[in-house]
Amino acid sequence: MSEPLLSVEDLKVHFPIRRGILQRQVGEVKAVDGVGFSIGKGETLGLVGESGCGKSTTGLALMGLVKATAGRVRLAGETVADLNRAGLKRHRRRMQIVFQDPFSSLNPRQRVSDIIRAPLDIHNVGTPRERRHKVAELMGRVGLRPDQADNFPHQFSGGQRQRIGIARALALNPDLIVCDEPVSALDVSVQAQILNLLADLQRDLGLSYLMISHDLGVVEHVSHRVAVMYLGKIVEIAPKARLFAQPGHPYTELLLRSAPALDPRARRRYSASHDDLPSATNKPSGCPFHTRCPLATPECSATEPALTPRPDGRLLACHHR
Amino acid sequence: MTTPAPPALEVTNLNVRIRGDHGEFDVVADMSFAAAPGETLCIVGESGCGKSMTALALLRLLPEAARVASGSIAVAGVDFLTLDQHRVEDMRGDDIAMIFQEPLTALNPVLSIGEQIAESVRQHRRLGRKSAWDHAVQALRLVQMPDAERRAHQFPHELSGGMRQRAMIALALACEPRVLVADEPTTALDVTIQAQILGLISDLQDKMGTALVLITHDLGVVSEVADRVIVMYAGRKVEEASVYDLFDDPIHPYTRGLMGAVPRGKGDARLADIPGTVPALWDLPQGCAFAPRCPGASARCLSERPPLVEKKPGHFAACWEHDHV
Repeated sequence: MSEPLLSVEDLKVHFPIRRGILQRQVGEVKAVDGVGFSIGKGETLGLVGESGCGKSTTGLALMGLVKATAGRVRLAGETVADLNRAGLKRHRRRMQIVFQDPFSSLNPRQRVSDIIRAPLDIHNVGTPRERRHKVAELMGRVGLRPDQADNFPHQFSGGQRQRIGIARALALNPDLIVCDEPVSALDVSVQAQILNLLADLQRDLGLSYLMISHDLGVVEHVSHRVAVMYLGKIVEIAPKARLFAQPGHPYTELLLRSAPALDPRARRRYSASHDDLPSATNKPSGCPFHTRCPLATPECSATEPALTPRPDGRLLACHHR
Repeated sequence: MTTPAPPALEVTNLNVRIRGDHGEFDVVADMSFAAAPGETLCIVGESGCGKSMTALALLRLLPEAARVASGSIAVAGVDFLTLDQHRVEDMRGDDIAMIFQEPLTALNPVLSIGEQIAESVRQHRRLGRKSAWDHAVQALRLVQMPDAERRAHQFPHELSGGMRQRAMIALALACEPRVLVADEPTTALDVTIQAQILGLISDLQDKMGTALVLITHDLGVVSEVADRVIVMYAGRKVEEASVYDLFDDPIHPYTRGLMGAVPRGKGDARLADIPGTVPALWDLPQGCAFAPRCPGASARCLSERPPLVEKKPGHFAACWEHDHV
């Protein structure tokens, strides 16, 4: 098997908790705590989980936008030696990011053409004329009209702004785009336009995506494989169809059971039970899900299950499955 | 169901007008609907369709720039719009109550949640401090707040998002109102918590016979809780039906578009997106507001606004071309 485009091993992002006048470190939040996955060329890996599970931090760490505490990352056969310094600029040419909020991720004082051209300027790609040409091509590619090039972000709707963000991410012909909740801020009719655009770009350009989302419908629609995160850990990775047909991890099962069915005849029997939910700051011992898990035994609170391959081709971190 | 109960809430020809940079324009136009005791009416639509303004109008909580230009709202048979402020405050909480999307901005940050509920109870019931407090703790138990006695002493910022939403539901339901208006009550919550909160609201509604008006952008939520559904577009009702009829056989092209646009993970097929964007409310097209984005629009659609008519028993839609599509 050839090497995947991106492989991530044991990625950790720990944030210090500081207290008092001297800002002494009194603990740490393990936002991402030993995450590993790979993405092939032209593949979309969905990364799904609830707020605070570390999925966005994982994406930011890969882009070097937050400092990784530990981890090994290989991109297209090269080790990304230092996610924090010089290697990063080269790395960023091959890997770009599209953010959730198209209102705060674009500079309001820059014209659209300047925003899209910025990566070309920073990486010194082509002559000014070639750059102008490239910007026009990118705008066409994402469905913006050439006469909009001199407009400012506030003159665009949310969906169009997300198109601008995508054009900017495409400027350097990256191999992989980290999409951090790219449609969460959009209305569903516009969300569908953006998801279709991302699918077209993948087909035409052979792009790979890391699709970070809390929305199971979006993840199921776009992904080839899906990774499920809970409190800083990946608890399951499986091919899309297998994961949605038969969730392996009890947490995946809970997620799928909680999502609305879009069919009034198939209503869930909601349990109105309450959880006192753990968070990354007070993570349970052993398996992080054991406090909510119907299968939990003493073993689960004592030892943390490792993410291991199963005969049916999925990876699972559970003592009982 | 036997004979239909009289409506707990009845809204007739409601028009809400806003004054702003673009002059005066309607954000809600000709809205009529009713909700019976125990019934769940969902109002669904995308941003700017007027659904939240409708909700605020129901409670007489419209922002200063907006006003009800015409129409009537009857809560438990009382004409709510002509009441003086004093009576409105009496009815708010007691007969009609609201829960908001973001409990942090709706709850008072400097009062414990127990005090807030007790205060509301004391405003509507002749109760002493002690029994109002007991009532508050009881209300928190009812929403299954874990460890209710202790939590009652906590402030909103000390609670998680899901628990804050439980506290707000406890506050809204403490006096067992006849009508509960919920504006995107689970949008800020994770999906597992959303499931719990929706289940909780349904359980309490069954118990108390409350009429629920639930405002949402999410067809998934609609499919889980609605009895009847109103679809809004650009300030107007474009379709109304029972939840089964709406999902089985959506009539309006906008409703169909919305249903096609929701990813359901069926294969790698393209999503049926709706081209273009929602028009600005101060610059609406002359005919049907949806016509510029509609795959089936005719010349008539562009010049004349279609009225809402009963296409099938109990199933209303505002579309000229439906019979030809």
